[in-house]
Amino acid sequence: MNDRRKFLLGATAFALSGCEILDGAGKPDSLFRPVFGASEGLTHLAQRGLIGDALAPEYTEADIRQGQRPNGSTNPETAEYLALRDGGFRDYRLRVTGLVDRPLSLSLADLRQMPDRTQITRHDCVEGWSCIAKWRGTPLGLVLEQAMPRLAARYAVFHCFDVAERSLSGEVAYYESIDLMDAWHPQTLLAWEMNNKALPIANGAPLRLRLERQLGYKMAKYIHSIELTDTLGLLGQGQGSYWADRGYQWYAGI
Amino acid sequence: MPKGPLVRRHSLATRLTHWGWAISLFFLLLSGLQIFNAFPSLHIGQESGFDYDNAVFSIGAEQVQGEWRGITRVFGQSFDTTGYLGLSGESIPGLKPGEFRAFPAALTVPSYQSLALGRSVHFLFAWGLVISLAAWLIFSALNGHLRHLWPSLSDLRRLPADLWDHLRFRFHHSVKYGPLQKLTYALVLFVALPGMILTGLCLSPGFNAAAPWLLDLFGGRQTARTLHFLIMLGLVVFFIIHIAMILLAGPINELRSIVTGWYRTDAKGEHHE
Repeated sequence: MNDRRKFLLGATAFALSGCEILDGAGKPDSLFRPVFGASEGLTHLAQRGLIGDALAPEYTEADIRQGQRPNGSTNPETAEYLALRDGGFRDYRLRVTGLVDRPLSLSLADLRQMPDRTQITRHDCVEGWSCIAKWRGTPLGLVLEQAMPRLAARYAVFHCFDVAERSLSGEVAYYESIDLMDAWHPQTLLAWEMNNKALPIANGAPLRLRLERQLGYKMAKYIHSIELTDTLGLLGQGQGSYWADRGYQWYAGI
Repeated sequence: MPKGPLVRRHSLATRLTHWGWAISLFFLLLSGLQIFNAFPSLHIGQESGFDYDNAVFSIGAEQVQGEWRGITRVFGQSFDTTGYLGLSGESIPGLKPGEFRAFPAALTVPSYQSLALGRSVHFLFAWGLVISLAAWLIFSALNGHLRHLWPSLSDLRRLPADLWDHLRFRFHHSVKYGPLQKLTYALVLFVALPGMILTGLCLSPGFNAAAPWLLDLFGGRQTARTLHFLIMLGLVVFFIIHIAMILLAGPINELRSIVTGWYRTDAKGEHHE
């Protein structure tokens, strides 16, 4: 970089002289953490209050102008997943466990036999992009109805096949959770079809979550099982989802 | 120059809320640029075109004749912005060309790339902006400031003369705002800032469910994102002019008035009212 550029950038940095003051705020022990926590609690509360049961906007066939952009994991490689994939997911069983009166084990055929819902919706990634696609699947609420959650159940936790992180301490499979208000919402689907075709592997086959009023990272792909719980403290590092444990908001309505 | 009396120009509510949104906007700008860096292109419509092109603005890095360059595209027009946009930071010849990031470290909060922290900062100060703006609106409606600020018909008549005075750097120091000042502040407070908040809310899939009409108003989520960016640019231009006017009109007097409320006016006969 030449000197003039250095000077200009330096002068801008000086004029603003604030860009580094929050650099430490990302650390878990930062004094800003509780402040962010309070602000995010307020954001969560405000959205819950404003949104209520409202439906996410739905679009028409004419609005589907491209394929659904895959993001995050696009090709899980665990032995369990590969075996299921090679069998065309015929041996796949969605297990619903935890605080339920009737634990379930459902094949894709079982899910397809239940009443389904089709919706053309816009997928918003936390990065900033959007993509419109058509989704078909079984409303999560109907599955929960069969499983009969106990009164103590507050969250639905999604355990996934895809390994999101490999570290010295081992592999971390993707995990996500939603509260039961979102779980019972009519647009919350366990989707098995996208744009009139079986859900592609890149987009989460055999089963992925559609949670239309939140950002993309909430919509767990490659669902292994669903667990009903009364706390998120025991999951991962305690924030309730893979990305929430990495500084993102657990409630991702904005 | 003969001096007029010291007058109390700004109420406590005006001063407190001014600094409330000034600090908020500072962090909103820098964390906003951090968020932009996660997907550095702007589109028109509901979605971002990947299989088709609906981009109007983008910042990236490309190899031009074997060399990495920062490239900024505006309506299909390419500009080499190496060193500032797309490619910035320290370069080591033969090892690394610099850092691939849309806006440079000097312009983002935090200075390193972190979408998660950028979002936390952005939403915290978004509350700061909304709360200070709402408080200002309530207090200003109660204490009559709103009536003083709102440009009147006589202000519009005096606008050309006021504009001419500004162009000749002739500034009037009166307890009341001048016509150009009123118009600019009204534009910022009643158009730009509410526009910023509404286009920001329009990016929320949750809020879209609550108020789908907002999507129709702005012409889709990605258009809203583009507008959010454009209004930001407008506010940056306002900030530069605002600071320039303060420096030209007498920075000590102007700063004193927005900190303590007290303002030194021109001697009688100095201004033509």
